[in-house]
Amino acid sequence: MTLSLQNITKSFSAVRALAGVDLVLRPGEVHAVLGENGAGKSTLMRIANGLLRPDAGTISVDGVTTRFRSARDARRRGIGMVHQHSTAVPALSVMENIALAAGWPVAPAALRRRVEDLTARLSLPLDPSRPASHLSVALKQRLEIVKALASGARILLLDEPTAVLAPAEADELLGFVRGLARAGGAVVLITHKLDEALGVADRITVLRQGRVVRSALRPEFTAAELTTAMIGGEVAVAPRVRKSTDWPVLIRCDALEVARESGTGLRQASFSVRGGELVAVAGIEGNGQRELLRAVAGLRRPFRGLLEVSRPVAFIPEDRSTEGLIPSLTLTENVVLGVGRAASWIVGRRVRRVDWPAARRRTAELLARFGVRAAGSEAPAGSLSGGNQQKLLVARALERRPRVLVAENPTRGLDLQAAADIHARLRAAAAAGAAVLVYSNDLDEVVELGDRVLVAFEGVVAEAPAGADRQAIGAMLLGQEPPRAG
Amino acid sequence: MRGNLRAPGIGLAAVLGGVLLLSLGLEAAGYDAPAALAALWDGAFGSWRAFTGATLLRATPLILIGLGFALALRGGALNIGAEGQFYAGAIAATWMGVHAAQWPGWVALPLVAGAGLAGGAFWMALPVILRLRFGVLEVISTLLLNFVAEALVSLMVQGPLQEPTGVYPQSAPIAMAARLPLLPGTRLHAGFLVALVAAAALSWIFARTWWGFRLRALGEGPRAAEVSGRVPAGRMVAMALFGSAALAGLAGAFEVSGVSYALYQNLSPGYGFTAIGVALLARLRPSAIVLTGVVFGALEAGAGAMQRDAGIPAVAVYVVEATIIIVVLLGQALARRGEGRASPVDAPDAVA
Repeated sequence: MTLSLQNITKSFSAVRALAGVDLVLRPGEVHAVLGENGAGKSTLMRIANGLLRPDAGTISVDGVTTRFRSARDARRRGIGMVHQHSTAVPALSVMENIALAAGWPVAPAALRRRVEDLTARLSLPLDPSRPASHLSVALKQRLEIVKALASGARILLLDEPTAVLAPAEADELLGFVRGLARAGGAVVLITHKLDEALGVADRITVLRQGRVVRSALRPEFTAAELTTAMIGGEVAVAPRVRKSTDWPVLIRCDALEVARESGTGLRQASFSVRGGELVAVAGIEGNGQRELLRAVAGLRRPFRGLLEVSRPVAFIPEDRSTEGLIPSLTLTENVVLGVGRAASWIVGRRVRRVDWPAARRRTAELLARFGVRAAGSEAPAGSLSGGNQQKLLVARALERRPRVLVAENPTRGLDLQAAADIHARLRAAAAAGAAVLVYSNDLDEVVELGDRVLVAFEGVVAEAPAGADRQAIGAMLLGQEPPRAG
Repeated sequence: MRGNLRAPGIGLAAVLGGVLLLSLGLEAAGYDAPAALAALWDGAFGSWRAFTGATLLRATPLILIGLGFALALRGGALNIGAEGQFYAGAIAATWMGVHAAQWPGWVALPLVAGAGLAGGAFWMALPVILRLRFGVLEVISTLLLNFVAEALVSLMVQGPLQEPTGVYPQSAPIAMAARLPLLPGTRLHAGFLVALVAAAALSWIFARTWWGFRLRALGEGPRAAEVSGRVPAGRMVAMALFGSAALAGLAGAFEVSGVSYALYQNLSPGYGFTAIGVALLARLRPSAIVLTGVVFGALEAGAGAMQRDAGIPAVAVYVVEATIIIVVLLGQALARRGEGRASPVDAPDAVA
């Protein structure tokens, strides 16, 4: 089955998301679609998947022009989408979820056999009777893939599938993807990771600002060309800053335990961070790093053990729109909320008041200085793009003049240039004497950003040996001993 | 911002629509609609005496309770127990008032008002404890305590607070010193001025103070307020709920000390519920609550006159009130959908 999208155009009110894009998905091919945020990758996939209708252009299946009326319609015709986040019903078991997606009868004995057959055939083992809510992130994703294939998908669309996986898990997934293509399926791999595209794809299409910049077979690309094609220029890389070892210790914890929010909780952390250091924390979701960061940020009370953190502390939560910003409030109001009562615009001794004109002026300055693109300081925070929201969060955190800065996944969902900006700001904060603690579930970011790397596994935080590379840290993420650094 | 400009238009259209619906209903039922509307208008605005002694008099508790409702909802809490808190305040104020015979007015009046505030706030203690300790929704607990308060009033006027002859189910009249002064030449008590001051104060708190801003942030985005703003959610919500209940209690105290001079059953014709509409119509903005409070006060006042002069049951006016609320809420919802906003309320006065 060949799915071909021709000359697809799609606009959202005034914004043109796609302008005349062609994409052909052939059986037996892994097709990587690369692009920055806002390049139009997800809009294109939503059109291929029947969730959106194009304004113009044609969709054809095996040469016959067609229209998808809905996602269900597309699924019936063999197009399966695996979203980044699980769409399984948490309370139902693995096999019930598969039956629900594929429309299979739910008689338990027969269903179990059928599911076991399928997972064995695909070599994607899954316990049929396990509730979906008890699966790890990697297994949830596996369930999504099995669901799509059980529904008869012959074209599989994978949306940033490796973003949530440890390196070994990601390798396993990519191996499966190759196998699927060898068996005659077509796979679309949406990604922003160059080496992934270069590693497994047969064909690579690069989108930028709603247009296809280049589309060709893999051997025709080099990594440098891909980068240039994606962002239309070189990425400005932040310079590394030399570290001083005699600055004071600003974060100290010893045998720290924090009750769990999800996963295992934090069972054991002993380390300290000096001013001027940028320490990156790696960990697969639910291994205790979240509790560690939130305890350091002062949001969770330690259960046991020692935790000393210098003040003021600033915290950048990973969930920008529910924990970081209040979308319905203005940028000024969000800045005022986050900077707190030590700010210069808080006046009055007996009753603390907000000097709004002063806060507005300062917010406008911050927007300019941090390059936040917004319709002024009185625009609602919900009107900003993800990258600009993140810049605002960083600006606001630094406005607290923190001695300790804690950030969760500070560049999640950002394009390369915006991520590089954020990295530069974090490094500059460390260079100015703050202790910076950053968690990221992107291993490349951990390796690139951290002066030192901490790894959380099943609630125990250990320090990676100096100079440990991606593979070594990846092994630690899965609880294996780091190989001897050599 | 466009919604703010449109809001008065929607409000006016809603009032006219409600009145139109009322006249159609009256015509259909065979009443003389023009005469009824004339009676309604006269009762509410026909004379200075009617305006102050009926409309503004009824607007006073609506404004106070509406302000309280807005205070709680700004922080994300829904106090629909104002009726009960009104009665709790009225009971406390009555007790204080009947024992005030020996005191001068400048001692008695603050004590009566303070008893009202404290009585209302006391009625909120259980819902606050239940919410903070056990996560019980305040919507349910405050609503249910309304029934308890009404039963308590009934008990009081037939028991501890019953008038000395023990015949009528009402309290003894409160002491002269405990009665609110009337504004010159009217039957309107000074509590109305207190309501205006309260509106101005609340407006200032929301727009200018750090506390008021953090309360708004908590209502708009509770997670972000706690995580990024370090707002102590439990304490803030408790303060807002106590303040909300205290204002309702004050309304009850003023009703005893400025209007009825004694405690009765059914002292409130549903002020605690009508005021919810008053506050929602005003989009929780204190200055607008004064306006919508007066509109609803006028309707309540006109309803009485309509019944007296045109023989039409006063409940007919509820058609108008309900229509206004539905039309305006619908208008707000549509405007919000147009702007893609998730928030149920606008930024308060001055800060927008």
